[in-house]
Amino acid sequence: MSKGHLLIRVIAAMLASALGIGLIAAIFALPRPMVGLAALVEAHLEESGVRHPVTAVLLNYRGYDTFLEIAVLLLAVLGIMAFRPVGPSSLHRARIDSGPVLAALIRLIIPLIVLAAGYLLWAGAHRPGGAFQAAAVLGGGGVLLRLTGAIPSFRSPNPWLRIGLLLGFGVFLVVAALPLSEGLRLLEYRAARAGVAILVVESALTLSIAAILVTLFIGAAPSRMRSAPSPAAARPEDNSAGQP
Amino acid sequence: MSGEWVDILLAAILVWIARRAETTADLFTAVVLFIAFGLLMTLAWVRLNAPDIALAETAIGTGLTGALLLDAVAHVTGKRRRRFERRRPS
Repeated sequence: MSKGHLLIRVIAAMLASALGIGLIAAIFALPRPMVGLAALVEAHLEESGVRHPVTAVLLNYRGYDTFLEIAVLLLAVLGIMAFRPVGPSSLHRARIDSGPVLAALIRLIIPLIVLAAGYLLWAGAHRPGGAFQAAAVLGGGGVLLRLTGAIPSFRSPNPWLRIGLLLGFGVFLVVAALPLSEGLRLLEYRAARAGVAILVVESALTLSIAAILVTLFIGAAPSRMRSAPSPAAARPEDNSAGQP
Repeated sequence: MSGEWVDILLAAILVWIARRAETTADLFTAVVLFIAFGLLMTLAWVRLNAPDIALAETAIGTGLTGALLLDAVAHVTGKRRRRFERRRPS
């Protein structure tokens, strides 16, 4: 019995190793890609309206991909909101971390977060940065505010939040469609106006993605759930929270 | 030369942490290991000359996903049984 098991194991190990070695060999045998797009991107950087190649690719050359990305994010948050359980608001049950140290830290750190997000957005034009990074930093600040109770939970998003969620997609759609009225194709910016168009789109995207990320965090919490993120194991004083 | 050793060390630690995160039984430990993995992944992206992705990895992959996962762990360990029974029919 055990010998048969051992044999099966040895055979399985040999087969797995053969497969692994074969896959590694296949990776090395792959031909190197012949088309290098980096030179093409560099050559047309002047017309793109920004001076950083990554931003140029994301918002000009392949603007359609970014457009669909924000649409996917919007659909995700709509899905989460649609599946939110209806029920009493979790406000009075939410366990908010109200320690003075955290509150003071938040007061210090939130302006810095906003500043850093603004810098990242502005820096995207000529160095690493951009809308997604800025929005993620802003969203992180929003999550911190939610954890300290500065942002209340909600049963359904209010009109401002709805506008914020839609802003990025809407502005991108309008900016993308504007060239159509001049007889150009979708997302085909004139070189002179590309910089402004990208700045407008990136600003709207930053606000919208930050709103979407925070809504994902708040909206994903089912009602009647404590919102302190630490598990009971790490915070023994929270053990009784929410128990009937 | 020393740069290559840093890369090799980084890759080895990444694989080790990923394995630890996968095999640990405690959910909270697994999430903390995942966050550590994300932070080291940021270093790896920087070593690969991709600061854009490094920024996104830190902010989204580590910060927001980590917060969501910690939230989920608190939720799962807090009221596992009652939640499970209530969710079952749907």
